[in-house]
Parts: sequence; structure tokens; C-alpha cells
Amino acid sequence: MVLYLLVLFICLIYLGLDCITIINESLVKMVMNGVFVLALIPMINTGIGMNFGLPIGISAGLIGMLLAIQFRLTGFLGFMTAVIVGSLVAIIFGYIYALLINRLKGNEEIVGIFAGLSFIPIMNIFYSGAPFTNRQMLYPVGSKGLRPKINLENYFKGILDNFMIINIGKVRIPFGMLLFYAMICLAIYLLFKSKLGVGMKAVAQNENFAKLSGIDINKTRTISVIVSMVIAAIGICVYSESYGFVQLYDGPLSVAFPTISAILIGGATRKKATVLNAIIGTYLFQTTFLISVPVANEFLIPQLSEITRMIVTNGILLYAFLYEGKNNSESL
Amino acid sequence: MKGRIIVRVYNKDIKLRKEQFIVPTIFFVLSIIGIMGAGVSLGFIKNELYNRFIASGIMVLALLIPIYAGMGLNFSISIGAISAQAASILVIGAKVSGILGLISIFILTTIICLILGNIIGFILNRAKGKEMITSIIIGLLGTSLYQLVFMVGYGSVVHPRNKEIILSNGIGVRNMVDLMEFKILMNRFSVMPILIIVLCAAFVKYITGTKFGCKLKAVGQGVEVANMLGIDGDKVRRYAIVISTVMAGIGHLLFMLNMGNINVYTGHLNIDIFACAALLAGGATLTKASISNAFIGIILFHTLFIVSPLAGQNLFQNVALGEYFRSFIAYGVIAIAFVINLRNERKIHKTE
Repeated sequence: MVLYLLVLFICLIYLGLDCITIINESLVKMVMNGVFVLALIPMINTGIGMNFGLPIGISAGLIGMLLAIQFRLTGFLGFMTAVIVGSLVAIIFGYIYALLINRLKGNEEIVGIFAGLSFIPIMNIFYSGAPFTNRQMLYPVGSKGLRPKINLENYFKGILDNFMIINIGKVRIPFGMLLFYAMICLAIYLLFKSKLGVGMKAVAQNENFAKLSGIDINKTRTISVIVSMVIAAIGICVYSESYGFVQLYDGPLSVAFPTISAILIGGATRKKATVLNAIIGTYLFQTTFLISVPVANEFLIPQLSEITRMIVTNGILLYAFLYEGKNNSESL
Repeated sequence: MKGRIIVRVYNKDIKLRKEQFIVPTIFFVLSIIGIMGAGVSLGFIKNELYNRFIASGIMVLALLIPIYAGMGLNFSISIGAISAQAASILVIGAKVSGILGLISIFILTTIICLILGNIIGFILNRAKGKEMITSIIIGLLGTSLYQLVFMVGYGSVVHPRNKEIILSNGIGVRNMVDLMEFKILMNRFSVMPILIIVLCAAFVKYITGTKFGCKLKAVGQGVEVANMLGIDGDKVRRYAIVISTVMAGIGHLLFMLNMGNINVYTGHLNIDIFACAALLAGGATLTKASISNAFIGIILFHTLFIVSPLAGQNLFQNVALGEYFRSFIAYGVIAIAFVINLRNERKIHKTE
């Protein structure tokens, strides 16, 4: 992967594109997608595997943002309302999802995929029937149903992006955004240093042993799922304010797979992941695609970058599953 | 003592059987409500159903053999669909027409499916216990590789003889490729599609009775046990996937010939999910399925699929609602299948 990045960098210099804009954008992109990646960590370390049910947490965050827009809350107030309401909804969704997951130990990942897929249509029904009244979020024609892309221009677009920017020469560092990201990283780090976090790790290693030491396994798993969902809800708020639009309907579905391969690139396995894995993985993954767009455009085939993105995403996932399978058969 | 055990086993059987009927019954009731809500004639539904039956009949049958081999739902049947599309584009690109073209499409599809099926089987053998999720990822990866070849490779690296299928800027295949010529050929033998489906069903039925079928079941009970019995478990599993992929390829070919064109980039998407959902709607579980499950499932699932947008339009003046509802059903039934499956497993454990 690093090699691939190097090749692309050489291509860039060869083609004479602007490196500094790329560096600037890569920092924003990292935080934009990085929060989702952080959301995976609690569940991996509790032994539940990758959270393919990410769209559920994202839907919670979307509800938070919709409420903020409905009451026309702008600026920081709007963003924080979205985050807080989103987190509250995520706690409820996470609890329900955990009830399902706790009954299906060992099959969490595939059930997560289908739980996510089947939850989105329910949310779609909600979006097309919910009694929102702000004209800027409804379809231009007709009176009911939210539009698929809501513009955040008048609300909290770029609220983190443009907060406390430090300029060093041409390089623009979005300090506020990085600070926000660092706070979440720190929170997760501290969580795993606490008693609860140690309990989570114990559950991942050996359930029977954890049970004997007096840990309520289902409760620990439930908490871990809820934490994951809450971070995912915050993640979509960060993503949307940076992107400038709220994507409803089938938007959340496209998040889970790239996020999971990002953390795998960072060196995480399906049993163990650290904050550092998540940060490195996100940066490498996002920067690669950022670079690949202009490179593909130079070759006159714009679709190429999207296709490589998909191939890399799925290829890494497949590799992770095979690698795991090989280890298992060796230990048998 | 012996009698009691038999009674217990018998009771367990009845309980399991009862559970098998739950899902189809729910689908049946929903379909009836949907038909009443949509207010359409039965003739219309019958026509639509016939078309969809041809389209997905073999696809659903293709799922059966991997289930017998204990590999769960084979989501990588979308690779079979991709092979069929690739084969047709290749043949049309080479400007082979008439009966020769039709036959060469069938043969080429089979060959590509044989090769890819072996590769998939090899990969799935390395990921034992995680076959289903791995097969989903294989399907997605295959889709992107396929796009790479036909969206980027065609016109820039490969130059087909038939220039009509290439986009006007010279790179990539068009979104829609015409198959009308072959459709007309197929229509001369109007019983052909049904005949092929029946043949496939008979083939699946026949295979379960042969020596290979017994091996399949043994492997389905557990690969280690089968290995001890002197059966090469990995090989049997690979063959199961190969058969499944070939059947999926031929099934998708029939679907395309029935449509009269190829949706090059979207035709194969979601085919796997819908086939699996249809099979489960017919009362199959992840470990147990039969041909009757497949056929009942297709009829129930697709009836619901046809009527739900119409019912949404009729009852709520909103087509989208019905569509969301039906995709919820499709994904939801697969999620529920896992819950039911686990409960059954636990029950068997308890009775043992």
C-alpha cells in the first residue's frame, strides 16, 4: 500500500500537479472519514468483529442533523445539537442492534451487513413520510418527503473545516478539525485504559474466562456496540459539515466497506485494533484516492479512479478474511 | 426408552417443520394483502410472474447445491451472472451471429463459469466457516474487476471487431448492448426456457441421489468428519461451487435472452440477494433447502415484489414507499434466516 502511494506520488510529480493542494485536502479528508474508522475500534476489541452495521449508527446521526436543520439552528449551535441529538438516537439504535447481535454470536458480521441493508429502507420510509416543515429540506415539488441531498450552506457547512486554521506558507492546517478528531481518539484511548475497556478486551480473548472473573458479557458487548454507534453518528455529522450536503436515503450504505478496509490497511486485524491503526489507515486510504483522481484524469479515463477504489476496498477485505482463514486452519 | 427417544425426535421434527412454514405463510399473507391493495388483475400478475420465473428460476436452483455442502448461501452467484454478460459481449464483439452465435454464447459462458467457479471454490476453501461473507465480497470484487475490463479495457487495450458496442469516445462498452437477434432465435423455441429450468431442477434432484450427492451431504455434516471417511472435502466443496456458478451463468443468460438486451453495468447487481431472499421465502434455512422451497419461494417472493410498488401507489399515492418496503423485505428475510437458523441449532443441541 505504501508502495502504491509512492508510485502515485511519482506519477504526480511527473505529471506536474500541485502537491500542496493535495496535502491540504488530505488532512481534511482524513478527519472527514476518520471518525467512521474510529467507530470500528470498540467492537473489534470486544471480539464482535467489524461493524458492518455502521449504516444504522449513521442513520442516527442523520436524524440529529435533520432536527438541527428543522429548527434552523446555524453555526456551532446547530452542529453541536446535531451531534448531541444524533448520539442520543444512536444510543437507542445501538441498544436495539446489540439485542440482535447478542443473540447471534459468531455471525455478527454477516448479520450486520443485512441488518444495515434492511434498516436503510425503514429509514427511507421515515424520510419520505416524516413531518418536517423546513422548505429547504423538502422536495422542491410536492409537500412531503425529504430531498436526497440537503444543502448545508446556510447551516453549518465547514464549521469545523474553517475553525482555527493555521497557515504555514501555502500549507493550510485545519487545527480545529484535527483537535476535534484528536479528542475522539483520546476518548477511545482512555476508554480502553479504563476498567470497562479492560473488560472488553477480556471478553474478546476468552468469553468463559471473562465470565468467571465476573464480567457481564452481554452488557459489555452492548456498551461496546452503543459506543461504536454513537461515534458513527458523530462521524456522519463531521462528514456532512465538511462535504456540505446531508446525504439521505441510500447514502449511508456506501460507507461501511471503505471504512473497514481503511482500518485493515492501518494494520488492524479482525480481533485487535488500536487508535494508531485507525489514524494511519485512514490517512493512507484517503490520500491514495485523493491522488488517484487527478492521475486517472490524466489518462483520460475518469471512471478508473472509482473502479480502483472499489477494487482496493474489496480486495483488502477479501485478503483479511483469507488471511484469517489460513491462520485458523493452521491452529487446528 | 427407545420409544421415548423416537417420540422426542418426532416432536422435534414437527417443531422444526412448523417453523419452516412460518416464513412462507407470512409471505403468502403479505402477497394477498398486496394484491388486494394494488387492485390488479390476476392475469397481469401471472404474466409478470412467468417472466420473472424464467429470469430467476435457475439462479435460485443454483443456490441449492452449496447449501447441501454446508456452505450456506452462495452470494457469489453474481459471478456467474457476470460471466454470462462477459461471454455475450465477447461473442457480439466478435460479430458471430445466428445459431452459431447463440451456441457459442452458451459454450463460452460455461467455460468462463467453470474457470471462475474453480477459483471461487479455492478461495472459499481457505475461508471455512466464513463462506457467506467471503462470497459477498468475492461478488463485489468481481463486479469491480468486470467494470475495469469493460469500462476501461475495452477500446483502449482490447479492440473488438464490432465497433457498435463501444461508446462514442472510444473507451468502454455502452450501457446497453442489443441481444434482439438472439432473442428472436430463442423465441422460435418458446418452450426452451421452461425446459431448461425443468432440466436444471431434475439435474439437482438427480445429483442428490448419486454418489456425489452422498459425498455432498457428508461434507455438509462436517468437513473433518468427511475427511476421515476418505472424502476429499475441499474437492467436493469446490465442485459444489463450480456447479452453482455454471447454473447461475446459464440462468442469467436465459434472463438476458428473455429481455433482449444486456444491461452491461447494472444487470448483475443485487441478483444474488434477490435469489437468496426468494429461496428463504420458500421456507429454506441456511442448512436445509429443497427444490420445492425454491419454486414456492420464487412465486411468493416475486408476487410480493410485483405488487408492492403498485400497492404503495394505490394506497399511499407514493410508489417509493412500496419500493422501500420490498427492499426491506428482501434484506430482512435474510437477516431473519440467521436468527431462525441459530435457534434451530440450539434446539438440536438441547435435544441431543
